[in-house]
Amino acid sequence: MSLPTAASEALQAFAACPSWDQRARLQMQWGERLEPLSAEQCCSEHLVAGCASQVWLLGQQHEGHWYFQASSDARLLRGLLALLLARVNGLSSEELAAADLLDWFSQLGLGRQLSPSRSNGLNAVLQRMRAVSLGERA
Amino acid sequence: MSLTSPWRADFPGILALAAEGQTYLDSAATAQKPQAMLNALLGYYASGAANVHRAQHVPGERATRAFEATREKAARWLNAADAQQIVFTRSATEALNLLAYGLEQRFIAGDEIVISALEHHANLLPWQQLAQRRQLKLVVLPLDAHGLIDLSQAAQLIGPRTRLLAVSQLSNVLGCWQPLEPLLALAQAQGALTVVDGSQGVVHGRTDVQALSCDFYICSSHKLYGPDGVGLLYGRPQALEQLAHWQFGGEMLLHTDYANARFRPAPLGFEAGTPPIASVIALGASLDYLGSLDAAAVSAHEAALHAELLSGLRQRQVLRLLGTPSVALASFVVEGVHHADLAHLLSEQGLAVRAGHHCAMPLLQGLGLSGAVRVSLGLYNDGADLQRFFNALDQALELLL
Ligand SMILES: Cc1ncc(COP(=O)(O)O)c(C=O)c1O
Repeated sequence: MSLPTAASEALQAFAACPSWDQRARLQMQWGERLEPLSAEQCCSEHLVAGCASQVWLLGQQHEGHWYFQASSDARLLRGLLALLLARVNGLSSEELAAADLLDWFSQLGLGRQLSPSRSNGLNAVLQRMRAVSLGERA
Repeated sequence: MSLTSPWRADFPGILALAAEGQTYLDSAATAQKPQAMLNALLGYYASGAANVHRAQHVPGERATRAFEATREKAARWLNAADAQQIVFTRSATEALNLLAYGLEQRFIAGDEIVISALEHHANLLPWQQLAQRRQLKLVVLPLDAHGLIDLSQAAQLIGPRTRLLAVSQLSNVLGCWQPLEPLLALAQAQGALTVVDGSQGVVHGRTDVQALSCDFYICSSHKLYGPDGVGLLYGRPQALEQLAHWQFGGEMLLHTDYANARFRPAPLGFEAGTPPIASVIALGASLDYLGSLDAAAVSAHEAALHAELLSGLRQRQVLRLLGTPSVALASFVVEGVHHADLAHLLSEQGLAVRAGHHCAMPLLQGLGLSGAVRVSLGLYNDGADLQRFFNALDQALELLL
């Protein structure tokens, strides 16, 4: 399966960063790519419950493809969100359902951030994304 | 001059974590265990498990004797007059729930329960929920700028409707000893019951429950270098008598037919079901181990470590300490830096510290914070642990600021 361009770019960039501090820097740089959310978008309706930091996630389908927007008040988490969106934006519902996102973060060398003891909320974000794409929640 | 802990080698867990590159500074959440405790745990199972208070056979007698010996040791540790004043629960949280359910019938609508603004959720939620069930008023004592319960406000707020005061001895976020004596006196003057949450306090100095003269004192084994799955509830005899039974089953009864039962008094009447036998026995080994140490040397070591922690934190001007910690731990925030980011970068560097609301959400909210980073110490930590923490902290801040 071919990756979206932004995702391939992320893979290359992270592969070139072996040390923790380089990766953290890169992760924060990716976070800066997130399109800022408006004040109205940062409302409780879009707040993802169960995160130690605040995370907002919105998604809509456009001509059969999914487009998500997300933000957080924590910088490293913003980076993770940007990396997530790089992987999923533009996918169809079937592709989204089939995407192995755990594997995606592992490929980036960030798999540990999805471990169950983490309260960073990435797991909750993935669940919410699934729910949004299944139409369980607007 | 680097601080070394002469007891570090007694704790295989701290050595294993260090070998793995992990610096453990989260002992306020749970402590590492001494080898003596591990031996007791293995010894109990390896020499033949048996249930307690039930069987006449030899293994059962042996288990019961070891189990009850821990009750004696716990009583001695807290200077309770009698081992029968110690009830084993599954955690400090369960002990506080036991009290909230066991005392429920004693309250009538409009009665007041007084807690403080810094309580752990374990000493907030059981009372909050009880207040909701019985239309009671939950009164929250405010703190002063150092993080101590404000005594002059307490004197105003503890009044004739106060039926119970439940406060922490040592805050798990602010790390300061609370002024228990005057607080308990205020409550006792109103004829209110007094409950002290000693979960953190019991770890950092000997508590004498008789001198403290509280009705109930609660603490937790897993923070006191013992196994998890055990909490301790101490009660004055007259206070224990006020408790209604709350969990039913097993051997907690004197007699039952299908329709009715009569129950045992404390402690066994409040230990329904098979208790955590191995853990209780192993807690006894932890208490023996702690009892074998030079208490003054332990206190001095902890005080020196804490002073070094505070001075390092204070040297870094971007940090803001929460309250004025006096022992065991310190929590801090950095202006403009999210605690989750800081925690993440510290954990990337092998530092096991805690970030978040520390199960004291209203306290953090009251301080206008979504969370904080907490460093907490055990007697096995040393100056090198703190040095690694400060190095990692500086690296993290360099990335984030
Ligand atoms: C002050 C305080 N009270 C109560 C508890 C709860 O203890 P346990 O884990 O035994 O339920 C803790 C533990 O985090 C605590 O710090």
